[in-house]
Amino acid sequence: MSIFDIVFYAFAALTVVSAAILVFSRNVIYSAVGLLFTFFGVAGIYVLLAADFLAVVQILVYVGGILILLLFGVMLSQRVTSSELGAGTLRMLPALIVLSGVLAILLRMVYKTSWSSLPASDFNPTSAKIGTLLMTDFLIPFEIVSILLLAALIGAAFIARKERS
Amino acid sequence: MSITLTHYLTLSAILFSLGLLCVVTKKNAVTVLMGVELILNAANINFVAFARFVDTNLDGQIFAVFVIVTAAASAAVALAIVLNLYERLRSIDLDEADSLAR
Repeated sequence: MSIFDIVFYAFAALTVVSAAILVFSRNVIYSAVGLLFTFFGVAGIYVLLAADFLAVVQILVYVGGILILLLFGVMLSQRVTSSELGAGTLRMLPALIVLSGVLAILLRMVYKTSWSSLPASDFNPTSAKIGTLLMTDFLIPFEIVSILLLAALIGAAFIARKERS
Repeated sequence: MSITLTHYLTLSAILFSLGLLCVVTKKNAVTVLMGVELILNAANINFVAFARFVDTNLDGQIFAVFVIVTAAASAAVALAIVLNLYERLRSIDLDEADSLAR
């Protein structure tokens, strides 16, 4: 077992364990911390997949943006001092059974298919190539997604505003 | 035995199932959003893994960038909706949000 494998299993364990903490914790703040470590684990997996730009974007956008947004959502929508922070669950046992079935089907699909897998190529920096592709082949999707993001943020600010009546 | 595509797909399948479990069972709207983010991350791992092992140009990574942008947009809008829900109901329990009337 090489050092690469050990690092992969460490990041995979970090990701899965903290995702499990997210799902099975009864406290929303613990769930948010679980989500934080899941994002870091996924960023590590991106590094192992030779996607250095995506790993940095993952940390910047998810940890720096989305997670902070979710924490603000928790704190603005609940009285932190009261005991309302518990995240109740419902119908846990049937959901566990059904989701085990879904997982089994997915894993069966993964292991039964003979993927035409190329040998892993070398690690090369990807930022310059991604930038070039975004400005040439993917220019139209890039512009559309930037308009989408602008519209979504303006809409979010408009919806979240308090109504004056 | 080295790490192959199958390892990444297995990790992604486990992460997807956990995210779906979170979406299905949680009552708190913010926690459901966290489950949605887990599902999107699982899909992204698949994209990047296929970009590395099957189709070695960078299209998969570009698509992952777009997924991240869309996730940010959806999180912003969904949190605005959650705050509005809290204004109306003083609670973000999804079981209580069962009426479209103002």
